[in-house]
Amino acid sequence: MLETESSPRPDSDAGVISGQELVASLDDIRKTYYMGALSVEVLHGISLDFYQGDYISIMGPSGCGKSTLMNILGCLDQPTEGKYFLGDQDTSKMEDDELSSIRGARLGFIFQSYNLIQQLNVLENIEMPLFYQGYSAADSHEVAMGLAARVGLEDRVDHKPFELSGGQQQRVAIARALAVDPLIILADEPTGNLDSKSGAEILNLFDELHDQGKTLIMVTHSDELAERSQRWVRLRDGLVESDDRRNT
Amino acid sequence: MTDATLNPVKSSPLANKRPSPSAAFNFVRFKKITEVGIKSIYSHGLRSLLTVLGIVIGVAAVIAMLAVSEGASYEAQQQFRDLGASNILVKSVKPAEVEESSRSGFGPPQAIVYGLTTADITTIRNSIPGISNVIASRIVKKNVWNGGLNINTDVVGTSVDYPVSRNYNLRAGRFFSESEVRDHGNVVVLSDEVAQALFPIDNPLGKTIRIDSDYYNIVGIMESEGFSNLGQNQAGSSNSAPSRIFIPFTSSKSRFGETTTRQTAGGVESETVELHEAIIQVEGQDGVIEVGEIIDQILQRRHKDIDYAIEVPLALLRQAEESALRDQIVAGAIAGISLLVGGIGIMNIMLASVTERTREIGIRRALGAKRRDIIMQFLIEAVILSGVGGLIGVVLGIAIPFIISAFWGMTTIVTPLAPILAFSISALIGVIFGIYPSIRAADMDPVEALRHE
Ligand SMILES: Nc1ncnc2c1ncn2[C@@H]1O[C@H](COP(=O)(O)OP(=O)(O)OP(=O)(O)O)[C@@H](O)[C@H]1O
Ligand SMILES: [Mg+2]
Repeated sequence: MLETESSPRPDSDAGVISGQELVASLDDIRKTYYMGALSVEVLHGISLDFYQGDYISIMGPSGCGKSTLMNILGCLDQPTEGKYFLGDQDTSKMEDDELSSIRGARLGFIFQSYNLIQQLNVLENIEMPLFYQGYSAADSHEVAMGLAARVGLEDRVDHKPFELSGGQQQRVAIARALAVDPLIILADEPTGNLDSKSGAEILNLFDELHDQGKTLIMVTHSDELAERSQRWVRLRDGLVESDDRRNT
Repeated sequence: MTDATLNPVKSSPLANKRPSPSAAFNFVRFKKITEVGIKSIYSHGLRSLLTVLGIVIGVAAVIAMLAVSEGASYEAQQQFRDLGASNILVKSVKPAEVEESSRSGFGPPQAIVYGLTTADITTIRNSIPGISNVIASRIVKKNVWNGGLNINTDVVGTSVDYPVSRNYNLRAGRFFSESEVRDHGNVVVLSDEVAQALFPIDNPLGKTIRIDSDYYNIVGIMESEGFSNLGQNQAGSSNSAPSRIFIPFTSSKSRFGETTTRQTAGGVESETVELHEAIIQVEGQDGVIEVGEIIDQILQRRHKDIDYAIEVPLALLRQAEESALRDQIVAGAIAGISLLVGGIGIMNIMLASVTERTREIGIRRALGAKRRDIIMQFLIEAVILSGVGGLIGVVLGIAIPFIISAFWGMTTIVTPLAPILAFSISALIGVIFGIYPSIRAADMDPVEALRHE
């Protein structure tokens, strides 16, 4: 890959909002994949700051490294170089167990393919992050029931995922992501498998979460969907191409 | 679907909830994981059953084999107890090919003559040092009457030392005396079984019973013998429940004679047997096996046919011990092989399960499951699988000896240790063979696992 002359450092100022708390900070993140003798650097030094209440769309052409970045943000993967602070914790030196804890306690995941566990019903799926955190069965149940109601699925709690529509499944996933009251909600193409109507419903939920002050980071290919967020990060070839914020 | 809105948010739903502080062992998590394991096994019912077949067979085979071998050794010990360690039992046995002509001059022309004689006993006594006593008995099958009640039983004509020689005790009354033997007395001692059959209500002591046309005074009653089948009659009965009565040897000889006649399908069959059995008591048990061999040599020289059998309880016990050991080794080998096969089956199914559930592993990891949570999940599943196999095996392993006892009349004994041991081992197999698939599951990269189709 052609190393460009020190590419214009993305304008970190774009994210700064005075008085808002920094929830996540990426500092010169690089990611290299090794395949035998071959190694490919996919992220070439990404620095981004995310603030409490941000609603961010990450966009860019296929293969530019959006999912790679999301995996690092989600502590599912470690950067090859650079530092990632989540809240006030430096995650780059964390052991596997600590990463698991931080994923379970501070992050909520929403996947393109819902990723519900098929053998478990709606309620059990929503409860799952809670029991890995050590909540009692009664507490988990209460919270999960509340969340099922919050996403409008209180009458479907006994259903298995395969008995639900795609949109409903994604709503279960949202409820599950909200269970531990995470610092950041990460959604990699959350509407990628949905028709436009169900997709719009999911986005309505996101709007509400944003209104409630949640921090959301969403990968999307659709300008129309991205339109609803407050901040747009464009990636190209593993670098931040642009980082813009809605002017209110 | 217009209801896809978030209901008004209160404060965080977790605001007043606290996770339990120590996450090292958490019962809720353990219970959830166990439920998942059971669900997974249940959803693959047939596959799971086939998987644990190795364990089932292994556990069942071990328990059943140990029960049979335990039973055999118990029987041997029972014989040992009944006959005593320093005794040798010699019995008359009808030879396979019987001579049709009689060896001695008397008795009906068709009488078959075989078995031990007083001359045999005298020779044995005179040529082997260290024999302290010989109790020779005649056993004749007779109908024994108390008024209208009767029972067909072995009438044992024997000497006064009989009870002592067999560790066989009196329940009531006394055994007959030397003088009663000398006088061909009409006295009888009943076994407990016969006493109960002939005198269901009243005390038989002091009463009389009738055999043929003679009346005998009841002087004693032996205690119950249990199921021992030794000293079973030689008169052709296959009745295994011991029901015997005892009269003086001399009385048997003079009342019944030496020739017994039986009605058979082919006509009348007579046989002449002087002695039916003899208990030879040796001083101390050290030489008892050798004495048994010498007796065999003497009798071989004196008898044309093999019309006798020698039982040395000590030798029987040794044999039983040897065969019990052999059985245990075989059981161990079968167990080892089946459990190995069962373990490999479990490993195989667990590896398949891990692969099938790669995506689930990724999801769980993303949602906060630690490596050890994943290991625990699959390990519990493996242990449940092998445990269920072990449990089925235990049930079968306990049922099989029962069936063997019911159909073949063998004594089988299921000691509590065998099922407990077999079950524990089967659960251990689950751990041993489940650990590798579990670690593989836990070592998966969460990102790759989530991408897995
Ligand atoms: N495990 C891996 N090993 C090697 N290369 C990888 C791996 N994961 C991703 N890549 C490469 O990294 C680059 C970025 O991939 P990534 O999945 O982040 O793209 P993306 O922006 O999410 O694309 P899309 O919009 O299609 O989802 C791609 O060229 C991909 O081939
Ligand atoms: Mg992607």
